[in-house]
Amino acid sequence: MTPRALDWGLRGYIALVFVFIFAPIVFSMIFSFNSDRFPTIPLGSFTTKWYEAIWNDPDVWKAVRTSLIVSGCTAILATALGFATAYTDYRYNFRFKSAYLALVLLPPTIPLIIMALAMLAWLSKIGASGQVWSIILAHTVLTAPFAMAVIRLRLNQMDASIEAAAWNLGASEWGAMRNVIVPYCKPAIISALCLTAAVSFDEFAIAWFVSGLNKTVPVMILEIVQGNIDPRVNALGTFVFLTSMTLVIIAQVVLMTRKGVKA
Amino acid sequence: MSASLVEIDGVVKRFGDFTAVERMDLTIDQGEFIAIMGPSGCGKTTTLRMLAGLEDPTEGTIRIGGETMNGVPPHKRDTPLVWQSLALFPFLNARENVEFGLKMRGFDAATRKRKALDWLERLDIGEFAERNVDTLSGGQRQRVALARSLVTEPKLLLLDEPLSALDAHLVIRMQSVLTKLQRELGITFVYVTHSQSEAFAMADRVVIMSKGNIAQTGTARDIYRTPANRFVAEFVGRNNILSGTVTAATAENTHIETPVGTFTVIPEGPAPAIGQAVSFVIAADLVNITDQPQNTENSLSCTLISEEFIGSMVTLFLEAADGTEFKVQVQERALGSLDLKSGNALHLGWSADSAHLLTGETP
Repeated sequence: MTPRALDWGLRGYIALVFVFIFAPIVFSMIFSFNSDRFPTIPLGSFTTKWYEAIWNDPDVWKAVRTSLIVSGCTAILATALGFATAYTDYRYNFRFKSAYLALVLLPPTIPLIIMALAMLAWLSKIGASGQVWSIILAHTVLTAPFAMAVIRLRLNQMDASIEAAAWNLGASEWGAMRNVIVPYCKPAIISALCLTAAVSFDEFAIAWFVSGLNKTVPVMILEIVQGNIDPRVNALGTFVFLTSMTLVIIAQVVLMTRKGVKA
Repeated sequence: MSASLVEIDGVVKRFGDFTAVERMDLTIDQGEFIAIMGPSGCGKTTTLRMLAGLEDPTEGTIRIGGETMNGVPPHKRDTPLVWQSLALFPFLNARENVEFGLKMRGFDAATRKRKALDWLERLDIGEFAERNVDTLSGGQRQRVALARSLVTEPKLLLLDEPLSALDAHLVIRMQSVLTKLQRELGITFVYVTHSQSEAFAMADRVVIMSKGNIAQTGTARDIYRTPANRFVAEFVGRNNILSGTVTAATAENTHIETPVGTFTVIPEGPAPAIGQAVSFVIAADLVNITDQPQNTENSLSCTLISEEFIGSMVTLFLEAADGTEFKVQVQERALGSLDLKSGNALHLGWSADSAHLLTGETP
């Protein structure tokens, strides 16, 4: 094979990978505008009736509201926790630090279904299951490590003397935190907020187990699918996908802007 | 005699098993420009960090303006530090960096801005006030760091090798900026460096440190002409050090027998005892070099090994019969008709009063 052919071959391969990943989503989007009830080709006519259907469904609104509250609160809690953990790692040395870090980064490696079951068992034991904040609690546990990882990367790039420079110029420990560490980490903090919100917004397994009657959007999608074939799923799926993608893209853009965000 | 500002009294600093500062006693006067110099790991930066409150002495006390500073956290001191890495805040522009100390002290926005701009102007970088510090050159960043430290009008400024990252020609420029500022402001500068030229060029007094101890304190001239011990003599460089045994000693003259001959030294203090092992130095620029044997009290012949030409000055490296190395520094135009071919025999000589007996212990 000539180098040129190999080059084109590899490009084709990459294109195929992307097709494989995104085709189902694209099809789901296309079918969300299709008038036929069954997802078949040839397509029927263009319609927005499935969007109208979910728009007019109070249950969907309720689920969206729950999802937004859950992902918003999760993002704030998980980022605060992740920041604190990352700063502890940056600032202090102590015995068993590596064990501490391993423990902190553990939650995402636990199979979701095990985590969900454990959360349900634990939360019902302490009488805290079936509430909106049960989901928030469980999602915070799941997503805090992502926030920690993102913020830790940023702190590792920091000139170690700038915090001491702030103290030297009259800033107390809190003053340095507020005026130097947090502003320095701002891009990473915004990024962590978006990422944890996106993960929480998409998460199904844990939400399904601990949500009780407070359905989030992914839980609602499952319930629609379980009932019968209903193209509303495509419309709702498109909405979830676009929301998550927007958050992830914002996170990436903010992180890649090296200089950080000017206040 | 001006009042003392900083008193370092019996200070010891240990980090676990490692002793960074073994014993330090030093008084620094108001308005003095003092340089602390030494090889890396000698404890000079630790001393500076203790002055700033970033480390606490293990033993002893540090007083600034008469107040004991042990246990006082850095933000409650007025001891701004110019960092080796500069440690500018990358998310703030030049003016905001300079304003930082004022902001922490609760000055209102208008006052902060006025003072910051004044200082940037004073250091000739007023036009870069609104620029992100990452877009400034090394010299400009240096000036921002200086302005940031001086804007709160401290009595004491600490500097930790601030010029080490700059190009040679900028170093000279910044040296004159620093000495001029220090004189105009009349505040005390404590300048830590490993560079002899920086310390000698700027400081009123130089402190040489070695392994956590002060090896010598004095003016640049004292340090250079009358090193207290072997460590200082070697650290300053451009010195020839000879060791031997005292064979005769009067109040005026001490004769010392070395492997390359017997030499006469005039002791500044009490004469050493006969039979004592001593060392003395003879600065490279106080040695006369000729192609004819010299008829002075101290002379010997050597073989030329190499020469180092730095503009108006030339350093010649020679070797005595037993392999002892000699350095001789002469004005290029004073070389005259000397035949500087490697391997040539040349004759060295110096007067007894230009040799200096090393009396102190090396720490």
